[in-house]
Amino acid sequence: MAPGDILVDVRGVAKHYGEGETRVDALRSVDLRVHVGEVIALLGPSGSGKTTLLNVIGCILAPTAGRVELDGDAVFDGKWLRSDLRRLRLDKIGFIFQAHNLLPFLTAEENVSVVLDLAGWPAERGRERARDLLDYLEVGHRAKVKPALLSGGEAQRVAIARALANRPRIILADEPTAALDSGRAQLVMDLLRKLASDQKACIIAVTHDEKIFDRFDRLIHLRDGRLVDS
Amino acid sequence: MNLAIKDIRHGLFRFVLTCLGLGLLMTVVLAMIGIYNGLVADALAVVKAPAADVWVVEAGTQGPFAEASSIPATTRDAVARMPGVAEAGAITYQTIEASHTGRTLRLYVIGFEPGRPGGPQRITEGRGLGRSHFELLADRKTGLVPGETIRLGRDRFTVVGLVEDAMNSGGDPAVYVTLADALTLQTAMDPAAARVQAARGDGGLRPPTVAAVVARLQPGADVTLLTATVRQWKHLSALSQSEQEQLLLASVVDRARRQIGLFLGILLSVSAVVIALIIYTMTMEKLKQIATLKLIGAPDRTIVGLIVQQALILGISGLAIGLALIFLVKDSFPRRVVLEPFNALVLTGIILMVCLVASGLGVRAALKVDPATALGG
Repeated sequence: MAPGDILVDVRGVAKHYGEGETRVDALRSVDLRVHVGEVIALLGPSGSGKTTLLNVIGCILAPTAGRVELDGDAVFDGKWLRSDLRRLRLDKIGFIFQAHNLLPFLTAEENVSVVLDLAGWPAERGRERARDLLDYLEVGHRAKVKPALLSGGEAQRVAIARALANRPRIILADEPTAALDSGRAQLVMDLLRKLASDQKACIIAVTHDEKIFDRFDRLIHLRDGRLVDS
Repeated sequence: MNLAIKDIRHGLFRFVLTCLGLGLLMTVVLAMIGIYNGLVADALAVVKAPAADVWVVEAGTQGPFAEASSIPATTRDAVARMPGVAEAGAITYQTIEASHTGRTLRLYVIGFEPGRPGGPQRITEGRGLGRSHFELLADRKTGLVPGETIRLGRDRFTVVGLVEDAMNSGGDPAVYVTLADALTLQTAMDPAAARVQAARGDGGLRPPTVAAVVARLQPGADVTLLTATVRQWKHLSALSQSEQEQLLLASVVDRARRQIGLFLGILLSVSAVVIALIIYTMTMEKLKQIATLKLIGAPDRTIVGLIVQQALILGISGLAIGLALIFLVKDSFPRRVVLEPFNALVLTGIILMVCLVASGLGVRAALKVDPATALGG
């Protein structure tokens, strides 16, 4: 792969909490590169550092040391290199949550278009893009429905649409299939693979769902804050 | 996309109930403001009614409202002859209870000389006193109507007209009678008591006395000079209209005014705490959604806007409900509830300020939320 194909480049990233006897090393010198179109899984037992790594890549948590580049931009090198991390997330990163986390007071369409609204898209274009995405994810017929009335699968697809709305090139997913049955989980993973390919994006997912392991290009194992193999 | 409005519409029933609760609280606050104003307005109404420039009262007293005052009725002629005085009238005040159609009416009887200062400024229904005896003008709040008769003392009076907003500082509605009738009402005794007095050798020849003489001055006349001149008469004192008003507020209604003012302060403080609590709770319930918004890239101004807009909508809605309710029920209060546009404006300012301060607590909590909490463990 060419260097320009690297979307996530994490080098020597460490993160510890506390000091002295209470010090906990959540990540120890982690190196990870994720390329365009790749769909990778972060695996490991509870407390192994999966979510911490996801938070570091998502620019939610500052590492203690190391360097992070996203889509060719250095964002952390011993300190944050950008002050507008939320804007960075808005432009480059899409999040898919375990519990979909749709805003309950917005319809499915609004949950998607709110991201575009925040990104400064004109309202009508935002609505069109939201409808297109919902149609693409086969939940267009539920566009005007609020999350409370959506099934688990529908809500997760709306959440995926929201994550993709601003065409981010890095999609981070935290247990994206945990709330779905086996069949739905396979469908969602196939969809994510297709999206990664179509949008030239990469997908990094934390998962425990063995039934979908075969849908990932790489399985990254973490133990005690270290990558053990990949 | 206005997230505040979307959120309100999502939980509209609950939001409306909250606004209604706040509205009821605002109604109480507005009622207290109205009662406070009413107390002052009622107290001043009786002083303002004669539209006098100078009040001549008994020496050494601050009558006739703050203290009892009794001066010879003939004082009126002496005052009327003074340089600069345009007209003068004698006036009496007394509170009586009268039984009427099975109920007890507590009335503030004002005796005045028709055609001279001391009577009501405006008659809203019926006519003025046309005869020298047994007619009265009643404040509408007495419940009396023109043509009706009522027994005061030993005589029966006919209501010939109605006035409005005439009462004493205690809120007792006023009735106006001629000075002659008022003096009779003050001095007339039961025949048996009069016989006892006569047997004691008291012929009842004391000259009639009145509470005060009110005077209107000619244009350009000096009030200070006139009051100073009156004070030279050892048995009399004089107060200007503004002195009389100040005296009334400072002595007669001062304690009640401070009591209501203090209660109003407490009520406003309670309202502020309640509003702060509601807004803070509303924000705390949305922390997960706020974390999600932060995670997907919403700037702080979007989150602050969500909380502050909801706080302001809540406060303004509560105030609007409060205003609507108080205007619906204010006439049902036994005493006058006086609300001026200025009061509503000041309260709006206070509520907006409280909402902004209260939303500050919510904003602080929201801005501290870690976006990572949206991701879960």
